[in-house]
Amino acid sequence: MPYLVPRDVEEACSILARGSPRVIAGCTDFFPGLPAGACGDVMDITRLAGARGVEETAEGWRIGAAATWTDIVQTPLPGCFDGLKQAARQVGSRQIQNRATVAGNLCNASPAADGVPPLLALDAQVEVVSHRGVRLVALRDFITGVRQVDLAADEFVLAVHVPRQAGEARAAFLKLGSRTHLVISIVMAAAVVTVEQGVITRAALAVGSCSPVAQRLPGLEAQFTGQRVSELVDLPIDPELHLAPLAPVSDVRGSAGYRLEAAAELCRRALLQAAGEDAR
Amino acid sequence: MKDQAVNPAVAFTLNGQAVRAVPRLGERLSEMLRERLGARDVKTGCNAGDCGSCTVLVNGETVCACLMAAQQAEGQQVETLAGLMATDGVAQALAERFQDHGAAQCGICTPGMMVSAVSLLRQNASPGEDEIKEALGGVLCRCTGYRKILDAVMDAPAGLHGSGLAGDAIRRLDGAAKLRGTELFGDDVAPPGTLEVRVIRSPFAHARFAFGDLEGWCACAEGIEAVLTAEDVPGENRFGVIPDFADQPVFAEGTARFRGEAVAAVVGTPDAIAAFRPEDFPVAWQELESVADVAAAQAAEAPQLHAGREHNVMCRGFVACGDPQAGFAQADAVVEGRFSTGFVEHAYIEPEAGFAEIVKGRVEVHACTQAPVMDLEAMEIILGKDRKDIRIVPTGVGGGFGSKLDISVQPYAALAALKTGRPARIAYSRAESMQSTTKRHPAEIRLKIGAASDGRISGFDFQGEFNTGAYASWGPTVANRVPVHASGPYRIGDYRAEAMGIHTHCPPAGAFRGFGVPQSAIAQEQLFDELAEKLGIDPLEFRILNALRDGEPTVCGQVFDQGVGARACLEALRPSWAEERAKAEAFNARADGPLRRGVGVAAGWYGCGNTSLPNPSTIKAGVRADGTVVLHQGAADIGQGANTAIAQLFASALGISAADLQLLGGDTDITPDAGKTSASRQTFVSGNAARLSGEALRAQILRHANASEAAVLGFGGGAITIADGASDHVIELGSLPADGDGYVFAAEETYDPPTKPLDENGQGEPYAQFGYAAQLAVVEVDMALGTVTPLHFVAAHDVGKAVNPMLVEGQVQGGIAQGLGMALMEEYLPGRTENLHDYLIPTIGDVPPVETLIIEVPDAHGPYGAKGLGEHVLIPTAPALLNAITQAAGVRMRRVPVTPSRLRQAIKDKTNG
Repeated sequence: MPYLVPRDVEEACSILARGSPRVIAGCTDFFPGLPAGACGDVMDITRLAGARGVEETAEGWRIGAAATWTDIVQTPLPGCFDGLKQAARQVGSRQIQNRATVAGNLCNASPAADGVPPLLALDAQVEVVSHRGVRLVALRDFITGVRQVDLAADEFVLAVHVPRQAGEARAAFLKLGSRTHLVISIVMAAAVVTVEQGVITRAALAVGSCSPVAQRLPGLEAQFTGQRVSELVDLPIDPELHLAPLAPVSDVRGSAGYRLEAAAELCRRALLQAAGEDAR
Repeated sequence: MKDQAVNPAVAFTLNGQAVRAVPRLGERLSEMLRERLGARDVKTGCNAGDCGSCTVLVNGETVCACLMAAQQAEGQQVETLAGLMATDGVAQALAERFQDHGAAQCGICTPGMMVSAVSLLRQNASPGEDEIKEALGGVLCRCTGYRKILDAVMDAPAGLHGSGLAGDAIRRLDGAAKLRGTELFGDDVAPPGTLEVRVIRSPFAHARFAFGDLEGWCACAEGIEAVLTAEDVPGENRFGVIPDFADQPVFAEGTARFRGEAVAAVVGTPDAIAAFRPEDFPVAWQELESVADVAAAQAAEAPQLHAGREHNVMCRGFVACGDPQAGFAQADAVVEGRFSTGFVEHAYIEPEAGFAEIVKGRVEVHACTQAPVMDLEAMEIILGKDRKDIRIVPTGVGGGFGSKLDISVQPYAALAALKTGRPARIAYSRAESMQSTTKRHPAEIRLKIGAASDGRISGFDFQGEFNTGAYASWGPTVANRVPVHASGPYRIGDYRAEAMGIHTHCPPAGAFRGFGVPQSAIAQEQLFDELAEKLGIDPLEFRILNALRDGEPTVCGQVFDQGVGARACLEALRPSWAEERAKAEAFNARADGPLRRGVGVAAGWYGCGNTSLPNPSTIKAGVRADGTVVLHQGAADIGQGANTAIAQLFASALGISAADLQLLGGDTDITPDAGKTSASRQTFVSGNAARLSGEALRAQILRHANASEAAVLGFGGGAITIADGASDHVIELGSLPADGDGYVFAAEETYDPPTKPLDENGQGEPYAQFGYAAQLAVVEVDMALGTVTPLHFVAAHDVGKAVNPMLVEGQVQGGIAQGLGMALMEEYLPGRTENLHDYLIPTIGDVPPVETLIIEVPDAHGPYGAKGLGEHVLIPTAPALLNAITQAAGVRMRRVPVTPSRLRQAIKDKTNG
């Protein structure tokens, strides 16, 4: 019966310490996944003090647990967030973006979550709270599998943190699907790149929908780092060497082989776009 | 510290008014608005954020009301379409533009479209096309193809003209209610609190099942009023649209033959149904071996679905003329191929829904339908009642495209009302709708065509196997229609075509815009391109050379001395063909990246009405004593515009404006049978009945006044004025006797198109008329990713006479969008794509500009020369796209949909091979 609406973190932690209501915010994953039958208890954190909004902090930026994708689009942010903003515009539809939260996208832990690759590429961290205290978990460790996250029953996510990036980092996100809007990706790629005098000095690349959890691609990052932007178009990508963490499946949206090939192509295009070059 | 549970009541502002409601835990905002606060203008299409029809504004921002907890509305400002239309000038002006452009067809997506567009226009009074697409990208429309919606939001000039006679581009007569959100669809008519029906469905493609203690379970389940099974069917537990093939049970008995088949239903209060978990229902399943495709189903050891249908073959259709083998022997080029298509889901945005009640001992069923009198006939058999004891009242139909010809929810609502004695309602979830209602037949096609060096077709041999699923539905119609149409609109003297309907443990395949012809056109029109290439002939000129002309026999030996518009459609594409091909070649010559462009062409034809079967429509009209002219318009308007087009034809015959008519719908108590909305027959067949009815009414009035044929009639103020040259007459209606309907003048006329039976070789006169089409598609292919972006369509359609050119354009654009979906993205897989995020239909960003060329080669049988159009619009689309893909990418795709993964594989195979 209870629809719980805590006003502050202490109250929310107390609720979770004594029961196990489902934590809800944007509800855009909650309702489609709701099984038939009576609904269990829920705790709505959208009215929690400090959960809304995107703010600059001493270390970087803090995205509150109730901050929506529209908040990401509308908040002025530096160039390293361009990929996250591009992803924000492609999460479902405008209607979804107005309600769905960044933190919820991470907690839902879909292999095709649009928010994960750009946040992985930004080395995001997840702020997890409970009555036992606060802990920061690297995003790459937070999502542990398909629909699985590192959250105890009495914990919830209060914010997502993005550390300040080195240099003048810029970013891009590309999503490949079978139609224009409202589409679950076949493959997506996010790039965060720092370019100095035409040379890539740092590249972060992450790919989603090609493994149970979206992956950074250290091999490909190393391959591109130190290269001139003008040479990226022709730089070879070896699936075994450079795409090693990916383990795509074949399904209705595309074959495993196609996904791997498209991942390489999207990484190159995302990198070129982030570096300010046209992929063509 | 204390936990703070909010007060169970939610208080917020709805359309400017302070409101309170007490939602359940887990209740969606959409349900609270519709069922507790009367806001039925908020539509529910998917309950998953996939369709956007429930879009409302919360504090000015668009939100899917199905994905917001009702409790989250506390203290917020919520606005719906009805509220915006009451007070918001932006919305009111936009609604006018929607009507001017015909941007609302069936109207079920209109609330979502309007609310989303108003939100955009409030921030940006003159948005560009890309901004509109982004803002409306979350609202699916299955009817319009989106282009008219873009035109309306962008405030493009509208092409309305005329007063409402045949040929005039007037607004849809029933458009205003769709824009105000007051049109009532299948789930909008039942009062809140009505008992609800939930169907129990098979989780397996093939299973035996046994119920536990149903009575005991029902007695213990709080709020559950009744359980329904086959034992509750008082008449025959069997239905089907073709009486000789009626084979589908309302509730399966002991064995379920497809995943999603109904085996039982529970009836309960809204709270009880909300709390009901299907897994608690006492039924035990035993999964059995199943077959999913036509090859497996015909194997010797395959389980048989129906006694008497050996090897699961339901039926065959056959057409032959001349000698195809001799044709191949004489041909200078012969091409052949195997082609494969999958299940296609109709994906109307309104899931099936309805409501039934017992009124004075009669059963009244209100539901969305394409065929009210067929529903009545089915219910007679199922309920075992005389037809005078049943009334079918069609609601608004939120899209149909063929699937709402078959009954769906009707028997469940009626049986629930009969068993409980109380009104009962039912609305399918999106998953139920997709699992259990009919689909387009998957086809496995083998085709061989020859041609002489001069380009003339020489030999044509077609074999098609169509997966008709577990029950017959319209499968026999598909099997019969395909051999008649597989030639395309061409002169082919040596021809053989056979089509088979094969049962599998899949959902029933039935009627879907084209009845199998879009599948056969994919094979035939692609091989035509291959032949043209082999012979070094331009693909468009190759088609023009072979196009049927007046006086030439079809493959059925039917000769039309007039009205054959195939060649005119193809010739109309010549300028665009030359221009677009030159542009594509120039683009490709410059291209140094992965993008290549291609242009493709394809033609199509479609016989309007039933194949060699009686097919009458009756239209009734009358004049009331106050001078109101009433048209009993029984042709179901499922968005295509029958209410407007039929009225225009009637009005032309009577001699008044369609806007001056009062329309009554297909309520079986008051309106005669105008047949089913199917087979592109309504404008032609019901349109002719309307014309005859208008002519008869006019003749009566003229006779009464002894006026001449040239007289001009005026109705109103209790009189008919007749201006007849120099002499004017006035008929005072108050003094005339009125009939039982209150009419002082009345007419009822029937039209049945002249056809003749087909013999064992399919020779005869299957249709009184065909409509013709040719389309050109321009695509861009990303060679590295295998993605296809359609850039432009030019569509030439011979409609004989465009009764309403705006509606014609709407049909063309909407049909192209469906053909595009079939070609590029749509594939229904039972158990896998049972929702609108795994089953993809085109969004507003996927349909490029469509240039419609209306060709008018009048038909002697058509009302004022008009021909049908509904199916023709998507038949050429997929093959035109496939031919364009080949031109761009150099590979031929014989399986649809052409997903990026499949196209990229083909490109790689070619490069490596």
